[in-house]
Amino acid sequence: MSTLTDPPKEQFRLSMLLYDTRYRSGTIQVIAMFGFMLLAAWLINNTLSNLAALGKPIDFGFFSEPAGYDINQRLLEYTSRDSHLRAALMGLLNTLVVAFLGCITATILGVIIGVLRLSSNWLVARLMAVYVELFRNVPVLLWIVFVMAILIETLPAPRAFRGENPEATMSLADSVAVTNRGVYIPEPLFSRSLGDAHLFGESSLRFDVSLDLMAILVVLGLSLFASIKIRQRADRIQEATGDRPATWHVRTAVVVVPMAILLAVLGFYLGYPELKGFNFKGGTHLRNSLIALWLALSLYTAAFIAEIVRAGIMAISKGQTEAAEALGLRSNKIMSLVVLPQALRVIIPPLISNYLNLTKNSSLAIAVGYMDITGTLGGITMNQTGRELECVLLLMLVYLAISLTISGIMNWYNEAVKLKER
Amino acid sequence: MAGYQEEVNMKKSVLLGAMAFAGLAAGAASAGTLDDVKARGKLNCGVTVGLVGFAAPNANGEWEGFDVAVCRAVAAAVLGDSTAVEFVPTTGKTRFTALASGEIDMLARNTTWTFSRDVDLKFEFTGVNYYDGQGFMVPKDLGVSSAKELDGATVCIQTGTTTELNLADFFRSNNISYEPVPIETNAEAQQQYLAGACDVYTTDASGLAATRATFDDPGAHVLLPEIISKEPLGPLVRHGDNEWGDVVRWTLNALVSAEELGITSANLSEMSAGTENPEINRLLGSEGTLGEMLGLDATWAQKAIASQGNYGEIFAKNIGEDTPVGLARGLNAQWTEGGLLYAPPFR
Repeated sequence: MSTLTDPPKEQFRLSMLLYDTRYRSGTIQVIAMFGFMLLAAWLINNTLSNLAALGKPIDFGFFSEPAGYDINQRLLEYTSRDSHLRAALMGLLNTLVVAFLGCITATILGVIIGVLRLSSNWLVARLMAVYVELFRNVPVLLWIVFVMAILIETLPAPRAFRGENPEATMSLADSVAVTNRGVYIPEPLFSRSLGDAHLFGESSLRFDVSLDLMAILVVLGLSLFASIKIRQRADRIQEATGDRPATWHVRTAVVVVPMAILLAVLGFYLGYPELKGFNFKGGTHLRNSLIALWLALSLYTAAFIAEIVRAGIMAISKGQTEAAEALGLRSNKIMSLVVLPQALRVIIPPLISNYLNLTKNSSLAIAVGYMDITGTLGGITMNQTGRELECVLLLMLVYLAISLTISGIMNWYNEAVKLKER
Repeated sequence: MAGYQEEVNMKKSVLLGAMAFAGLAAGAASAGTLDDVKARGKLNCGVTVGLVGFAAPNANGEWEGFDVAVCRAVAAAVLGDSTAVEFVPTTGKTRFTALASGEIDMLARNTTWTFSRDVDLKFEFTGVNYYDGQGFMVPKDLGVSSAKELDGATVCIQTGTTTELNLADFFRSNNISYEPVPIETNAEAQQQYLAGACDVYTTDASGLAATRATFDDPGAHVLLPEIISKEPLGPLVRHGDNEWGDVVRWTLNALVSAEELGITSANLSEMSAGTENPEINRLLGSEGTLGEMLGLDATWAQKAIASQGNYGEIFAKNIGEDTPVGLARGLNAQWTEGGLLYAPPFR
């Protein structure tokens, strides 16, 4: 029989929290965390008590009050009798529109400029360098105001289109009117329209969905699906027999014919803008404020994206290009098949932050009177109701949500294209 | 938004001061603005970013105008020096935050006295220095003679103002449509209007007259006859500091009463010595203790009147018929002349 003795159990003493290196860092973190929470609590409490002393406790009740003001660019139906919540929703949609348009054009411009900046043509490369330096080194607010000033001062007023010998005429076979109040373009209309579906009843979030648009999207989706199936079938035949059947005419027909039939059934036609009274009526009105903001944000952000694209391309070793050349690929094929797919892995992460910057910069909209969420919720609503804290907090929350969504989508895309390590 | 923090019971901290919402909360509700102003030796007065005749810097960079005169009169009454004013330019959007946060002590920025601003926004209007109404300005060659003919027009409007709401109501109730173009400042509105980016510019009629006065060809623009709202414009202070509110209110009343009682900057020193009229004597401090009651010295009203003259003189100098702005007294005449100006008695 043997005796087992346990090793002496180490007693935990309180002083070890401070003197034992195993616990010390934990202790410090807990204390720091506690201090930070106290600070936050003090700030919040201080704000609340001061607001209460002022007789303005936090209250979101103003949201259901009528807004009382009009918004020029509204994507959904809105009148001045609608609630502040609905006005904020109009602003949110306007923010999303300009951010979406801006991100797309900035990316296209940025990629073109970034690639051209590496061009072997000295003049083109230098011009692109000038573009990049000019745009990214001047504050975006100035660009926005500058573009707006150009639009207002150089383009003709609708008045100039009037009379026997008008000073200005409409362009593109009288279908597009370019004025200093914006651009009027033809709008698609349907003489046998299916009407709208009304969602969410009479609430502040109500919106109408055009059934025509839905029908078009459904048909387009089905056509594209059929087209993909045909391609896959061609792929299978090619793999089995080595011969690829010509499919382009079938694939084109599968997309075009059903769409043409659908449009004919719906009675599709274009509504042209026409000068009536003070302004052009009919057509789609792209307001100056939208164009100025969109253009300035795109041009500005494109300069940053161009640099990212350039960096991404330069990160791909020259050997890749030389190898592709050795295989006999032409230079545009090398760029699109070899270099850019690899460069994307370097490009996407910084691209995300540029999308976020563009979205947040769109809050400068008020400089040109574009009614985004900052202009409605953080502008007129805040001013008319005097609920500064509530409005600003909500505004921050909205931008946070938009930004997190964008980076979520882009991170997902990044996962999809990044180098797969197996 | 960094507020001027005078909260005594609150420990100051650079870190916290930097946080905007702390600043918003901290400066608010601070009692004793009068003491603060005296201690600082300077009055922080919020004015418009530039509206000729009401508040705009002149060629020497000194602020002048009808609203500026109210600031100067208050500074003269409180500090004895009409130049001891820090003018803080505010837009229609930033003005209330600036006042609520304590960045400015008073706001004299052609601001309309409304129920919700007084009650809900927690401000105190200390009187009316200009009775105004919202009007429309259009180019003459547009051939419009009434605001009801403006169906479909593009209208430039300063955002964050009562005019924005009046406009929506006016077009709605007349069942006509319009396209609003929201604009931040008067200068931008002017640019857009002159370029023809909007057909109509709407704001308070006085503002329209002041803006038109700066045009190259003022004659080419007309004000439409419709006045679609009541816009009593006046200086305001924060709610809850009645002593300070009294100082601003009675300084304005002193300017109005001075005109009614015939006190001008020319005869001020003569009248200050004492007159047959006890009300003049009480106002100018040679009799009674009105100044002391306000927490000021006995000659407060004298100094206020000395700074820019009485109400009538201020009006005539800045926006009257002999100035480019060219406004008639109209509603802003003394009650004895058929106007609405009626200062309560100094007793």
